[in-house]
Amino acid sequence: MEGFVSSLVSVAFHGIAYGMILYVISVGLSITMGLMGFVNLAHGVFAMAGGYIMLSAMNSYDVPFPLAISLAFVAVAVASVVLERLLYARLYSAGDLEQVLLTIGLMFMAVAVARLAYGTLQQPVNLPTYLKGQFALFDRDFPTYRVFLIAFSSLLVAALWFGVERTRWGAKVRAAVDNRAMAQAVGINTSLLFTVTFALGSGLAALGGALGADIIAIQPIYPFENLINFLIVVAVGGMGSLRGPFAAALLIGISDTACKYWLPQFGAFFIYAATIGILLWRPAGLFGKAAP
Amino acid sequence: MSTPSAASHTGSYLSDPRVRFIEWLPWVLAIACYFAAPTYLPLGSYILIMILFALSLDLILGYAGIITLGHAAYFGFGAYVAAILAVRGTADPLIGIVVAGAAAGLLGWLTGLVILRTRGLTLLMLTLAITSICYEIANKAGTWTGGADGLGGFAMKPILGLFKFDLFGKTGYLYCLVFLFLGWWLVRRMIYSPFGASLTGMRDNVLRMHAVGSPVYQRLVVVYSISAALAGIAGALLVHTTEFVGLKVLSFDLSGELLVMLILGGVGRIYGAFVGPLVYLIAQDSLAKQFPEYWYFGIGLMLVLVVMFARGGILGLLDKLLSRMRRGKP
Repeated sequence: MEGFVSSLVSVAFHGIAYGMILYVISVGLSITMGLMGFVNLAHGVFAMAGGYIMLSAMNSYDVPFPLAISLAFVAVAVASVVLERLLYARLYSAGDLEQVLLTIGLMFMAVAVARLAYGTLQQPVNLPTYLKGQFALFDRDFPTYRVFLIAFSSLLVAALWFGVERTRWGAKVRAAVDNRAMAQAVGINTSLLFTVTFALGSGLAALGGALGADIIAIQPIYPFENLINFLIVVAVGGMGSLRGPFAAALLIGISDTACKYWLPQFGAFFIYAATIGILLWRPAGLFGKAAP
Repeated sequence: MSTPSAASHTGSYLSDPRVRFIEWLPWVLAIACYFAAPTYLPLGSYILIMILFALSLDLILGYAGIITLGHAAYFGFGAYVAAILAVRGTADPLIGIVVAGAAAGLLGWLTGLVILRTRGLTLLMLTLAITSICYEIANKAGTWTGGADGLGGFAMKPILGLFKFDLFGKTGYLYCLVFLFLGWWLVRRMIYSPFGASLTGMRDNVLRMHAVGSPVYQRLVVVYSISAALAGIAGALLVHTTEFVGLKVLSFDLSGELLVMLILGGVGRIYGAFVGPLVYLIAQDSLAKQFPEYWYFGIGLMLVLVVMFARGGILGLLDKLLSRMRRGKP
């Protein structure tokens, strides 16, 4: 019994850490899809770029950890603005197929660049000493880094929700998600709003990729390997919402960890089956609004 | 005949359905290759198989407008059915083709019933999830599928008891060519039928098709099942000619690669599915092994360029060129 409880706690703990990372990475995708209806399959590229930037800053230039993750956030956010203005903005009015193709093309290019620059091997993660070791809580030991991940992501999520629910920018975003034409008609510059939101979302993805480098291995095929998880979070949660993807990310994080722990012979089978079930029951996702 | 050139076949109901002279060119070329390049026949068979596979994708993506990232599910399912049948049942290739095609068509029908109720991102997501499930099953059910090692070690019987599969792939090449021809014939007939016209109608304006009373959902399910069956046959052909099946046939990579080939050739036109795999696979054969990184970068760049500047792919560019030349001459 004691053994079962401790494995239950351990699965829940690691699942929540994984789910938090998934959420930080995917929330930007949910917002940009809700805002512009843009099918951005290349979102994982931003997460991978964040991971690589942090790891090379730390491993090659001895940049301290906090600075390295901030660097990842800023660099990817800036780069995403360039991409958005140069490529994405031209395809907002195009069909889904064009958007899918463009972003798959970007994924191929990113994978090739990552392989040229870093090789195919997984990058080692050297955490700072103050985040290593165990952390005692309620008579149990938890890995310090995971505790830090959960705490930090919770702070991020709280800040993000405050931003969207309580600030002027957040009100504009919500208005534009609900009805872009109407928002534009009352004088909101939706194109600028989208660029800023896109940059923020990409930056968050980079942050998630960097923070989660320990959980989701940083390697060149990262964007392809994790694409389905990011999409599940957004599709199951309901695009355009903040809460939906949060619930979906935790659900996936915990159930994936549980499946790997108790039923490794089935792999990710149950997650995909559950996704299909949920999407059939509610095609617009758990918290999404039905398509007009 | 007005604007559409010989190479287009973009599914206009009003265009002349008769087979034009130039449409025999691919078949003449294919037979010429059989005699001219005997050492390249295994590659040739693979190209023919991928053309059939691309044709099946073109039917749902280019004509019916169903965006899928998981067409490899049906190709892979057909391939595994053919391989398991050869190991545990009969190694007769024609029975294998029929069974694999029927099985993949059935899977297409069942999954189509479910997923075609949705649209957009949800649909995309569901196609991905179905492929991933098939992949997981093939990976974990090792006693039947061989798992990560793949399934091999079976020998196909001669076709009709007469034509043995030889070491140089001569029989295999002609075998694939015959089935590609049948697939082409079927797809071409469908596109020029009223059914085909309703497919392009749904692609271009689904609301209006609902408004005129077209049974949109049923037609999408039908075309999806047919496309799945064709993909399954292509998968079975691959197994019969190589006498091996591995997990790659169910991977996301294959779906992605196929999409790239079709886009390169030109989506929504029959011969786009012919030109794309041909150019892509020949380029891959000569370039990819020497420079794998640059190859993937090149594919990505090509996709971006096609989307930005040449939505019709190679054939679209050709069309533009031809019409410009015609306009030049008074």
